[in-house]
Amino acid sequence: MGMMAGLSGALLACGHAVAQGVVAPSADRLAALEKAATANTAAIANAQSAGDNAWMLVSAALVLMMSGPGLALFYGGLVRKKNVLATMMQTFAMMCVITVLWAFVGYSLAFGVGNPFIGGLHNIFLHGVGVTPNAAYAPTIPEQTFMVYQLMFAIITPALITGAFAERMKFSAMLVFMVLWAIIVYSPMAHMVWGAGGFLNATGNGIPCLDFAGGTVVHVTSGVSALVTAIYLGKRLGYPQRPMPPHSVVLSFIGACLLWVGWFGFNAGSALAASGLATSAFVNTHFGAAAAAIGWLAAEWIRNGKPSALGGISGAVAGLVAITPASGFVTPMGSLWIGLFAGVFCFWMVVKVKNIFGYDDSLDAFGVHGAGGTLGALLTGLFARSVINPIFGAGKPTGFFEGNHAQLWHQAVGVAIAWGLSIVGTLIILFVVDKLMGLRVSEDAEREGLDLSQHGEEGYDWEAA
Amino acid sequence: MQKIEAVIQPSKLDAVKDALVEAGVSGITIFEARGHGRQKGHTEFYRGREYAVDLLPKVKLELVVTDEMKDRAIEAIISAARTGRIGDGKIFVSRIDEAIRIRNDERGEIAL
Repeated sequence: MGMMAGLSGALLACGHAVAQGVVAPSADRLAALEKAATANTAAIANAQSAGDNAWMLVSAALVLMMSGPGLALFYGGLVRKKNVLATMMQTFAMMCVITVLWAFVGYSLAFGVGNPFIGGLHNIFLHGVGVTPNAAYAPTIPEQTFMVYQLMFAIITPALITGAFAERMKFSAMLVFMVLWAIIVYSPMAHMVWGAGGFLNATGNGIPCLDFAGGTVVHVTSGVSALVTAIYLGKRLGYPQRPMPPHSVVLSFIGACLLWVGWFGFNAGSALAASGLATSAFVNTHFGAAAAAIGWLAAEWIRNGKPSALGGISGAVAGLVAITPASGFVTPMGSLWIGLFAGVFCFWMVVKVKNIFGYDDSLDAFGVHGAGGTLGALLTGLFARSVINPIFGAGKPTGFFEGNHAQLWHQAVGVAIAWGLSIVGTLIILFVVDKLMGLRVSEDAEREGLDLSQHGEEGYDWEAA
Repeated sequence: MQKIEAVIQPSKLDAVKDALVEAGVSGITIFEARGHGRQKGHTEFYRGREYAVDLLPKVKLELVVTDEMKDRAIEAIISAARTGRIGDGKIFVSRIDEAIRIRNDERGEIAL
């Protein structure tokens, strides 16, 4: 609207100059000019809307690609071969179940008008969610684009948790757990950070927490909940005495590289427009992943004497996690630092801290997402720059290094709320589902493998002709 | 007739096969196997966890040859498979009583 007024104002001024200098003003001529200006402005708005919508639809598909092949392959390769299908199915099930839940109630609870902590029920069954943009979130794209884009986040977040309880949880219990988790943990957290009027919304009235694409909403919640489930369920049979190495680092490698590419949709798409900010987030995402892979590999090379493929891809994912909250706020140099810190920090979490405490976070969902998400959310408060994203107003200091020292505290509050909600919510859900149906498969089923015991099939049949 | 069984490094399979063909051996059976002798295994690292792998990939080959062919075949295997390092493998030789070609019921050395 502002642009429209400015443009027609300029054209009118131009019209006056012409009128004074050359010919007598003509009402017809002025009207024609005004009409042309209005049409011009509408055409510009349409073009911007079309461009933004194209990018956001592609981004939504990219984020789904992170789950579908990406995470499923990444996790599938890391388990033993008797559990490969069951592990992939857990992620795939999220693509189906969370989608339906999102349409029924999830979107409304996360992004509907509500209180500072959770959305209301005005948009259940997607009531009122059509092609008209929702100006509170993304004024240039149909609200359904925004809705489906956010759905892809709601899918991958619970799917990340599955890495912690891999190789031992009942498929049925997992489904019930995830539906409850999406309602009790994910939707409130998304509403607080991203929802209009949310308590932690950076432009709201509560504590302004910077989270561009989901450091707290996605990675802290999933990572911390993963830790809670890993401890609650207990270790896999034979852990840690019996070796349980990945059955195919090749699958994991392909999965991780798909995650890297899909993450451009995750972070750059979070600009919600095909804008310069999207470019910033795109560049930072890439730089963060590269620096973190180098950090992890270097740490591994020094400690174990060899840089491994699994180390490289784990580091890249750790960097992608850590840069997620920062991607729309920091400079490329800032993202290199964040990535490097994340690579080394997550390596230390996974190889050292996990063994000290002895919990069986099977695929390191906490060590990578919980730890990397927490680190990234805090570092966002340090490195955020108003020149990249003047979210608090043009020229106003954004991050700690710019002089806004309170931001580090605000980030810590966001992280603490995400930790608290995840721990309490997950514990309650686990307790209820455990009483209702039991969480773990029987010992026999676990030995046999979840592919056979839960799904009645095997991932690899070498004997088949 | 003699049966020669040899356990060798997988990387030496092609060289051994070529050497046997050159020595005049007509038939050979190969198994992908895992095992160890005095070599023991090696260690692998996955996300900082150390795994001891004590059964290593090996190739086992089996061939039955005439008595006069035996020494040439053994010589061919040794010369192609030896690196001089621990883990090169072993050869076992045993006597064979009978050989039968399923297609036409030929018996003895002619069936080899």
